[in-house]
Amino acid sequence: MIFEDALKRRLIAAVADTVFAHADELGALDRAIGDGDHGINMKRGFEAVIADLDQLAAKPLPDLLKGLGTHLVMKVGGASGPLYGTLFMALGKELPADPGLGDATRAFAAAIAAVKARGKSDVGQKTMLDVLAPALDALAESGGDLPRRVSETVQRAAEATKPMRATRGRASFLGERSIGHVDPGARSSALIISAVAEVLGGAA
Amino acid sequence: MTSNVGIVIVSHSPDVARGTADMVRQMVGTEVPLAWCGGAPDGSLGSSVEAIMAAIGRAWSERGVAVLVDLGGAETNSEMAIEMLPEERRGRVVVCNAPIVEGAVIAATEASGGATLEEVRRTAEELSPV
Repeated sequence: MIFEDALKRRLIAAVADTVFAHADELGALDRAIGDGDHGINMKRGFEAVIADLDQLAAKPLPDLLKGLGTHLVMKVGGASGPLYGTLFMALGKELPADPGLGDATRAFAAAIAAVKARGKSDVGQKTMLDVLAPALDALAESGGDLPRRVSETVQRAAEATKPMRATRGRASFLGERSIGHVDPGARSSALIISAVAEVLGGAA
Repeated sequence: MTSNVGIVIVSHSPDVARGTADMVRQMVGTEVPLAWCGGAPDGSLGSSVEAIMAAIGRAWSERGVAVLVDLGGAETNSEMAIEMLPEERRGRVVVCNAPIVEGAVIAATEASGGATLEEVRRTAEELSPV
């Protein structure tokens, strides 16, 4: 698929808008099991991204993703900065300028491996990985309305972190008390992936 | 002075980082290159990759730099900062898995005696609960 500047701009704006619109909700989720700053941190990161929107959208997709990841690394200020930064930078490293579905699936798998290494974490620990991994599975399955299927998968996967007990990240300090709350990183991952799926679904 | 391993203190709070650095200076002295940083890019509690990279630069020693951190994000951001350093420096900076205050004091004490980076790290990490 061809990634024209207008499409790249819509993608960046859609991701930033969903982060801005849900910043309070992410903060509330993080106050329950973390230190409460996930919403405000992600908002600060994407404000830096939006301030650079014109330049980012004019770059080829790989450079756009690396640039976006660097903004998050530099501006977010919590663990989610390097984690999301690594995700986007790894995608930028792996994707061609106009990727097809096969490219996207391969790149997303590599990016998830990079996030696991950065966070020294794996699936099942009540983190963003519990959304990223099911999203990859949905991407790898062929057929049907892909954007919608991915979107539904990630929303469901984020909800599914609620009964989990955190064993990585700040929430793991709470042990049993982390049970019963949706993980904020899982929620923000679901929001971001849904926003991307929606734009790409409309553009396809 | 650059013959000793440097120490960098990274806390979510500038007050904790500065206070820890004060303790190191008073207990260990000025034989060890020392720098600290604390707070997110907007000054709230958190950590900043940019500030960590700058602190590593201030405490730079050709023999390497040991970084002491407090909670999760400070560790992840420090590891990210190390990866973003110029290649010739990257391999000579380590994050110690040790409590920040005790770790910084013991690491600096070890460093002041001319220990290698690996010795400084090992000594600090002996403080960690297994």
